[in-house]
Amino acid sequence: MLILECPYCGVKAEETELQPGGEAHLKRFGPGSSPEDFEAYMFARKNPKGVHFERWRHAYGCGKWFLAARCTATLEVFGTYPAQSPEPPADLVNKIKAKRPEWKGWK
Amino acid sequence: MAEPVSALGGAVFEGFATVREIGPLGMITLRAKPDVPGLEAAVRGAVGTGLPARRQMDWAKDRGCGWMSPDEYLLILPHAEVGRALAGIEAALKGQHFLAVDVSDARAVFRIEGEKADQVLRKLAPADLDAMAPGELRRSRIAQVAGAFWAGEGGYTLVVFRSVAGYVMGVLTHSAQPGSELA
Ligand SMILES: [Zn+2]
Repeated sequence: MLILECPYCGVKAEETELQPGGEAHLKRFGPGSSPEDFEAYMFARKNPKGVHFERWRHAYGCGKWFLAARCTATLEVFGTYPAQSPEPPADLVNKIKAKRPEWKGWK
Repeated sequence: MAEPVSALGGAVFEGFATVREIGPLGMITLRAKPDVPGLEAAVRGAVGTGLPARRQMDWAKDRGCGWMSPDEYLLILPHAEVGRALAGIEAALKGQHFLAVDVSDARAVFRIEGEKADQVLRKLAPADLDAMAPGELRRSRIAQVAGAFWAGEGGYTLVVFRSVAGYVMGVLTHSAQPGSELA
């Protein structure tokens, strides 16, 4: 069971109260971009065994989108943060680095 | 003017807890960020409460204001007063970025009462009822549909969409079956 704390309403929401939104921090490539960039934006997604940054929506709760960092293998949750974050907060990145020294970073 | 009627005509089930469909209840969805000038006065004018803190519900007798999300409030008041309250909100917030809508007839409301009323909800919602603070308004999932509930007066009040009122009465009835109490 996966439990994520919604940064907007503070509820510790169980997975079935949430809607998954896939990989977080994607850079959008729209009209005018190269076919390769657009294809990568549209289809190519990370699928790591380990630390992953994701979008989630508190669908049955406050309705807001937020971001989460968790381990895909153990379901350990490192933290959640508002969707209006261009990149993961520094303290969260440091926390993950301390726990997973082999981790190569979020980009 | 047509008389307002609730979704299930006041259906009742007596199980290990009592499930009652109540209403019609007046409800206004008010969407605005808390820093919108005049918002607090508008809410006070409509239901007599202040702006509730995160996940809280403030009451002034039978009128209330609940925190639904960082930019959404649920106002509860007698059904007959919704029109007047809406007009007051529209006047108080004129020119501001907000939205206020009468959702009374889009909702169904249930009371779940009795010593073990909590168990009826525990079986249906993935919510930690023990973690609820006094006065908390919890939005969650009731089996397969969205619902919001709060505790008080010997039980819980549950608000769902009117279109799923029959479904929710069904799952509440099932959950409250005598003999199906949690240990
Ligand atoms: Zn939330």
